[in-house]
Amino acid sequence: MIERLRKIAIWIDDRVYVSKIFAATAGHHVPRTSGSWFYVFGSGTLLCFMVQIVTGICLALVYVPSSGQAYTSLEYLNYQQQFGWFLRAMHNWGSNFMVAIMLAHLAQVFLFGAFKYPREMTWISGVVLLLCTLGMAFTGQVLRFDQDAYWGLGIGAAMAGRVPVMGPAIVHMMLGGPIIAGETLSRFFTLHVFVIPGSILAIVSLHLRLVLTKGINEYPVPGKLVKKETYTEEYEAEIKQSGVPFFPKAISKDLIFSGLVLMGIVFCAAYFGPAGPHGIPDPTQINTAPKPDFFFLWLYGVLSLMPDYMETVVMLTAPFIVIGILFAVPFISNTGEKSPRRRPVAVLSVLFIFIVLGAFNYLGTYAPWSPKMEAWTSAATPTNYLEGRSPLERQGALVFHNKQCINCHSIGGEGGLRGPVLDSVATRLTGDQLVRQVIQGSGNMPAYGKNLSPPEVAALVAFMSTLHKPTEAPARDSTRSAQAASEIKQPNTTAEMANAKR
Amino acid sequence: MAVKELEVISEKAPERLHIEMPRRAFLLKLGFLLNGVAATMVSVPLLGYLLSAFRNDGGFTSWITLGSLNSFPENQTRMAKFRNPYTRPWDGQTADIPCWVRRMEGGNFQIFAINCTHLGCPVRWFQESHLFMCPCHGGAFYEDGSHASGPPPRGLYEYKCKIEDGQLWIHGGQLPTLNQPA
Repeated sequence: MIERLRKIAIWIDDRVYVSKIFAATAGHHVPRTSGSWFYVFGSGTLLCFMVQIVTGICLALVYVPSSGQAYTSLEYLNYQQQFGWFLRAMHNWGSNFMVAIMLAHLAQVFLFGAFKYPREMTWISGVVLLLCTLGMAFTGQVLRFDQDAYWGLGIGAAMAGRVPVMGPAIVHMMLGGPIIAGETLSRFFTLHVFVIPGSILAIVSLHLRLVLTKGINEYPVPGKLVKKETYTEEYEAEIKQSGVPFFPKAISKDLIFSGLVLMGIVFCAAYFGPAGPHGIPDPTQINTAPKPDFFFLWLYGVLSLMPDYMETVVMLTAPFIVIGILFAVPFISNTGEKSPRRRPVAVLSVLFIFIVLGAFNYLGTYAPWSPKMEAWTSAATPTNYLEGRSPLERQGALVFHNKQCINCHSIGGEGGLRGPVLDSVATRLTGDQLVRQVIQGSGNMPAYGKNLSPPEVAALVAFMSTLHKPTEAPARDSTRSAQAASEIKQPNTTAEMANAKR
Repeated sequence: MAVKELEVISEKAPERLHIEMPRRAFLLKLGFLLNGVAATMVSVPLLGYLLSAFRNDGGFTSWITLGSLNSFPENQTRMAKFRNPYTRPWDGQTADIPCWVRRMEGGNFQIFAINCTHLGCPVRWFQESHLFMCPCHGGAFYEDGSHASGPPPRGLYEYKCKIEDGQLWIHGGQLPTLNQPA
């Protein structure tokens, strides 16, 4: 019986060359030094991609890519379909892990100088894979067809619409019609399920093929320079002298890492569950503050904090400049030192980029630039800002609340962060300046002149003039006489007397 | 390989080569030509299908009613919604488009798009402070739609509107963007 199976196996191998293909791929020789913990991120990314394919196919069995029914089918997946919630969670976490591990792979490859001669194309194909993966992350976010997806598409359309002359046509092409509707979702489905994954499969093949033909990067040694004339010979000599077959000699750390990643995805999926969908994609339901997924929060931050005048130019050119620099990396520095120990600029660039992106992402998690749209109805004025105030000042606190000032300004930790915190505004602005600011506004603040009656302004300013710590004197006008100033310094309102007591 | 073959042939039968090579070269050219023509035949409908969305003739907008004038009290701004004139049967709720209708003294109307002119987020009307505010990046607009503060590069997009048969009509149908306002 066993003999028989053996014969069948040998027959199959003789016809389709399984063992030869295996020896030429998994069995290819790699430098002994590349069996390192630093070299596990590429295979980890590939594993995530396979998870995405398997879970993606399963989800596509149930998901309906129609703008009228996508949301319902997602709810069905979450609550009716057996293990539907788990597969959705796996797909979501698989995507998070894939982007994160891919970024680690990118950083490692960059720091180890693996992009240098003769592996320029390996780097370039990797950059294309990075773009494809980010494309998958964005289109996938659209397929979770909820409010965030709908308004996220609106933001994409608004950016594309800024292109001179061609803008409207590009928006139309992107949406597949005059508005965000049925055909929009269909084309993002097509991109997410056919076009981009197909490209990824093809480019991954190229990427791996290049790893076989041009070899995996040896662990960089400080002082060992890459020279075009001698590198290939040296590399081949190293492989011949001390190379080991990838399988079974160098694969163990990849296997351990991949196993951990897979378990990590399963654990996160089971513990955190699926993401959304949040809120039906009905454009008339406008009580929403759209927010991108984690890996695009930095973009949200950049778009919010950039000065207005440079916005359009940056939006339309920055992506091309960044992608262009990524493609140019292997040609900017093609030979020479590989070790990060001798490449301080490379190390600092990576640190700088990750710190900047991390900082923007962190800001994106609480978005201080966005007004808190419900603050005026949900956040109460802290009582210690009302105690001991005169009726006029309390009336001012009411105006402050009713006119939605608190949506952008916070006092006592309540309210928005769009405008300055007003806890100690009285130490920065005098009463006259407060009146001017309220009535005329400024670049970042609307002018309230038309919307506040003079008594309301007087009450509001009276209230704000009490906003300072008891230990800090309020701002005063230096053009006024010293005598008047000393009079002003005296606690002349009940609030200030209360402050002084505290 | 091919060169060697040719050499063998040319050694053995130099006279046959003259007859055969032009024939092979001709067949190769013919093969390329045929496939070129076939590819063109395929690509015309294919590209036509794909690029049809590039068409941007403005034929998507038309007049739609927002209902009776009485549903819009004077000196108030209210949200109204309309079914987009150009829809497909599977569009669902996405084809219900909201807008802000401002009725001034008498019969003067202004209709604003819901989309902020910065990046298209939905602006909200605050009756108390007479402002439209955007939840995304903090753009604000006055009640007449003009820019009040924040990053938006212009005031709110304003639809054309008219009054006919005691009803308010809006000229809409297209997502407004900077280079193609409503």
